[in-house]
Amino acid sequence: MELDANTLAALWGAVIFSGVYHGVNPGMGWPLAVSAGLMEGRHRAMAKAIAALALGHLLAMLAILLPFSMMTALIRWETELRIGAGLLVVAAGVYLVINRRHPRFLARVAPSRLVLWSFLAAMAHGAGLMLVPIYLGICDADLADAGHEAARDLMGQNITVAFAVALAHTLAMTVAGGAIAAVIYFYVGLKFLSRTWFNLDLVWALSLIIVGAFGIYMALYGH
Amino acid sequence: MTLRPDPTFHATAQLAMQAPVENYGFVVMLSPDASQPDGIAVVDLNPKSDGYGTIVHQLLMPNTGDEFHHFGWNACSSSLSPLTGHAFLERRYLIVPGIRSSRIYVIDTKDPLDLKIHKTIEPEEVFAKTGYSRPHTIHCGPEGIYVSTLGGGGEDGTDGPPGIFIMDCETFEIIGQYEMDRGKQDKHYDFWWNLPQDYMVSSEWGLPPQYENGVVPEDLLSNKYGHSIHFWDLRRRKNIQTMDFGENYQMALEIRPAHDPKKSYGFCGVVVDTTNLQGAIFTWWRGEDGTWQSKKTITIDPRPEDPENLPPLLQGFGAVPPLVTDIDLSLDDKYLYVACWGLGEMHQYDVSDPMNPKLTGKVELGGIARGTKHPGGGDFAFGPQMVEISRDGKRVYWTNSLYSTWDTQFYPGQDGGQMVMAHVGENGGLTLDRDFYIDFPKGHRAHQIRLEGGDCSTDSFCYPNV
Repeated sequence: MELDANTLAALWGAVIFSGVYHGVNPGMGWPLAVSAGLMEGRHRAMAKAIAALALGHLLAMLAILLPFSMMTALIRWETELRIGAGLLVVAAGVYLVINRRHPRFLARVAPSRLVLWSFLAAMAHGAGLMLVPIYLGICDADLADAGHEAARDLMGQNITVAFAVALAHTLAMTVAGGAIAAVIYFYVGLKFLSRTWFNLDLVWALSLIIVGAFGIYMALYGH
Repeated sequence: MTLRPDPTFHATAQLAMQAPVENYGFVVMLSPDASQPDGIAVVDLNPKSDGYGTIVHQLLMPNTGDEFHHFGWNACSSSLSPLTGHAFLERRYLIVPGIRSSRIYVIDTKDPLDLKIHKTIEPEEVFAKTGYSRPHTIHCGPEGIYVSTLGGGGEDGTDGPPGIFIMDCETFEIIGQYEMDRGKQDKHYDFWWNLPQDYMVSSEWGLPPQYENGVVPEDLLSNKYGHSIHFWDLRRRKNIQTMDFGENYQMALEIRPAHDPKKSYGFCGVVVDTTNLQGAIFTWWRGEDGTWQSKKTITIDPRPEDPENLPPLLQGFGAVPPLVTDIDLSLDDKYLYVACWGLGEMHQYDVSDPMNPKLTGKVELGGIARGTKHPGGGDFAFGPQMVEISRDGKRVYWTNSLYSTWDTQFYPGQDGGQMVMAHVGENGGLTLDRDFYIDFPKGHRAHQIRLEGGDCSTDSFCYPNV
């Protein structure tokens, strides 16, 4: 079981890392929190905006992970499911490599509706999909750990894991994004906004492909 | 698409003021009789350069009769909001519409000394995709590039109201009409917005038959030009309030919101009050209850004049109206510049208190029945018109033409294009630079000015000043 414990730790590490990665990307919203704080002239407004962004992101993660957690009950098809999920994530990455344009409907969301914007932005960029192979890996490692259980118990357990993954990821994202927002707001000022903003579109799309490919590899050779 | 945001994008107006100053200006060249193509002149604005204060390059169009007027950048500081999703655009292309032809040129300024036409959108495409005609003001914003139009469909542009359409900010494809609910809006001119507060304000000039062949005196005296401004829910694309200044306030033109998005006020210039020939500036603001309010905060009196010195159009009045044709607000929201095209004056008002503007500077140049010469000795045809302020607020540039047919009505017998510059004093005040005087090539008049790296009527900021 040594190997599985290590694998599990690595997978949880990936959940946290992807959260930080999403959080530091200005495109995922932290500048909006700085803006909200400055517009109202008080840092409580910034905290509120960060919370709204976090909620939208969390919902987007759950919207993707929960359907997969239902499907994990189909334990006989576990390998096929994980390969399919991996292919889906790779396909999303390939699509984003080819189509580098941001969806225009996002620009129609009013600045006051940050929960909705954060949800749609995460969905549109496949942020939830990035977690799927990692999540399925964790379910599998848990499975190996616990031995075969009744499908119903397993599903319940996997739903719990989905919430845990989404929460841990969102928490990491919120802490990372919130920390940058706070440093900009309280200390260094907005001139660092344009200096710290890098075009991660391609890196992002490639990350999806890598994570998806990793998921497929794990499904085939992970045991 | 770039790897880093364009260095000319700034989070706040304050940061834009501290940025490096302009090296070039782009100025519309208009052939008033359509005998030559219109074009864009590139003016060298770097005092250390050999070509300083001269036209160092010009690009003429392949067509005649476009009638260039206003134009704008494909991208600006508004890109720095995550909400827009296009932080990595370059400020590189000038969108230049012909208000007579309805043709739109996209001009690549990558090398300011070698402008190139990147794309041409033919009038038929504008008509077919938007139902509008006579494109005018350009602003880059959340959904792409927004273009206001002065005409609706049909030959004379009166088949349906004019409005705004949206273009894709990368491909420059026309997407379609902006409005979902235009309310009472039936004329159009300028528009601008406050992005974080999510409102837009638009204004009214007149319909094409009211201006294309010259001002129609009967329409003006019966108050048939625009006198309302419209407030919109920007992202819902809905007119939420129409504010009528009063029908005597004819031609509510330029909309200048405060640059700091924390502020919920702005200004609108009115060309002429038909009851007394005054020019007027209204301050508009959002009241406690969320509705929009306005108040006339600046009036400029006409100057009595012997009728024999006046153009036929004005002889009956025995006075020169100020004709407030353009206004511009410095990036620190401190000084409002008001072009009095009839009087031949450029005014500078301290609008730190937007409800109590104070006249702090004035320059006389050109003007009806006055024709004040430039201090360097050159003639200045017509009067001060399109005005643009440097980002740091220290230099004010302006040109002289209003609109081909109107120039001739108000200044019969005059012609020529000039661009001048004035320095702003430490505590206000305005002084013409006697050495900065650009006489445009014969046959071309000068209209709107755009500064390299953005200016005071281009960039919309998504973050408040600190």
